[in-house]
Amino acid sequence: MGFDLSILGFGAQGWGLQILVGTAVTVAVAICSLLVGMLIGAVLVAMKLSRYRLVRLPAKLYTIFIRGTPEFLVILLVYFGSESIINAILGSIGLGRIDLPKFPAAVAGLSAIYGAYVSEVLRGAYLAVPKGQMEAAAATGLSPFTSLVRIRIPQIWRYALPGLGNLWLSMLKDSSLAAVIALDELLRVSKLAGELTQHPLVFYSLAGLIYLGITALSDIGRRRLEAKAQLAYQTKAAPGKVEIKPKKTPKSDLRATGASHV
Amino acid sequence: MFDLMSQWISAPICGLASPILPSVFANSCVRYFDGFWQTIILLILSVSAGFVLAMATALARLSQRKFLANVAAVYSYVFRGTPLLVQLFIAYYGIGSFGEEGLGSLLWLIFGNGWTVGLIILSLNTGAYSAEIIRGAVVNLPPGQMEAAKASGMSWLLAMYRIILPQAFRYCLPAYANEVVLLMKGSALVSTIAVMDLMGQTRTIYARSYQLEVYVNAAIMYLVIAGLITWLFRSLEKRLKVG
Repeated sequence: MGFDLSILGFGAQGWGLQILVGTAVTVAVAICSLLVGMLIGAVLVAMKLSRYRLVRLPAKLYTIFIRGTPEFLVILLVYFGSESIINAILGSIGLGRIDLPKFPAAVAGLSAIYGAYVSEVLRGAYLAVPKGQMEAAAATGLSPFTSLVRIRIPQIWRYALPGLGNLWLSMLKDSSLAAVIALDELLRVSKLAGELTQHPLVFYSLAGLIYLGITALSDIGRRRLEAKAQLAYQTKAAPGKVEIKPKKTPKSDLRATGASHV
Repeated sequence: MFDLMSQWISAPICGLASPILPSVFANSCVRYFDGFWQTIILLILSVSAGFVLAMATALARLSQRKFLANVAAVYSYVFRGTPLLVQLFIAYYGIGSFGEEGLGSLLWLIFGNGWTVGLIILSLNTGAYSAEIIRGAVVNLPPGQMEAAKASGMSWLLAMYRIILPQAFRYCLPAYANEVVLLMKGSALVSTIAVMDLMGQTRTIYARSYQLEVYVNAAIMYLVIAGLITWLFRSLEKRLKVG
């Protein structure tokens, strides 16, 4: 088998452009699924933290289901399931069958999976905020809602970031599953290219390298974000070091914010 | 072997249970169970091989030998940075595309067969992830342990084997249980390289009937496996607990 490098280029015979578009689709699927997954996760975590058992139970069962079922199976289930539901509705109002668009189907499947994982991360982050802070907020007269929005949620971000970063990396990799419902993302384009040029090893390896590149970049981005989120919390001096005193004394600080009547 | 299992295990189970099973399941019961055994055996083999690989990789990454540490780090990074599906495709459709004349009969025995490719890739994959888990646990142990072991005359390797790794293993058991469940879920992907595991059988059944229930039944069977794994590791944790 002779190997001609031009199949990787952008010329008439090259697959460069298709691969690039496929990569963009992969990233787009992952980003959309992360956003929708975070919405689903937020709803699920609200349910899990509810005081009513009847509200907690479905969210808990859903999470157990997702954690124990292969991603592959869930994606097919969502794909075929929503297709048959939509076609049943279309049939009942007298319209013909349609083929489900692949992109939203892939996003629906992936976000159904990652919603459950996001909810676990958020739950951990919610509970990681020290109780004393919420008591302090209540003691200073903040309503439960205000203290949730102004004290707890800003900190949840910091606690949830490492977990969400991990989920993003697995999401990128799991987006390759969209190839099995024939969405033209990176893996499927590579498959087609490999079959047509008869160099499957070249194109699958290229796909692997691109995935590796994206995850490496994401890893750098994640580290930066985490460092940023920790920035405000690094004033604690390490043991053995002399603590540097803040420029403003706490007292003047309190006065400046008008909270001095404590 | 799988034919025998089908005949002597799957068929009798299905025969006995058929009166109480829902019809969609009962119609394809033997297929489901054939796939179930394949998944279980694939899982047991790849978890065992992956565990040995993970221990070796973790040791190599922690060792003072730069070359070994780098090789282990690259292996772990590559397998954790690419999708399992891509790894399976590279090995089966990529390397396998050279055929028997290109690979030689010995390699063809491995790469021409979805089952062996699946086993090897799953083992390599879980080995890479588990190595990270074990390494994390070792790094988090108090450094005084290694120092004490060395001071009492143990070599680095012996201290690792006798003192550090047993503790690290106990410490990382919950994370490792999680990894095994993830591997179980990932193993469904071998159905894309022509392995008739639970997922492969399920897809065949669905292709014949187009009933959504087919997938729901498979999901329940996978949940049972996930429950079994969780239970096994919980009891292992209890047994290994000290104090």
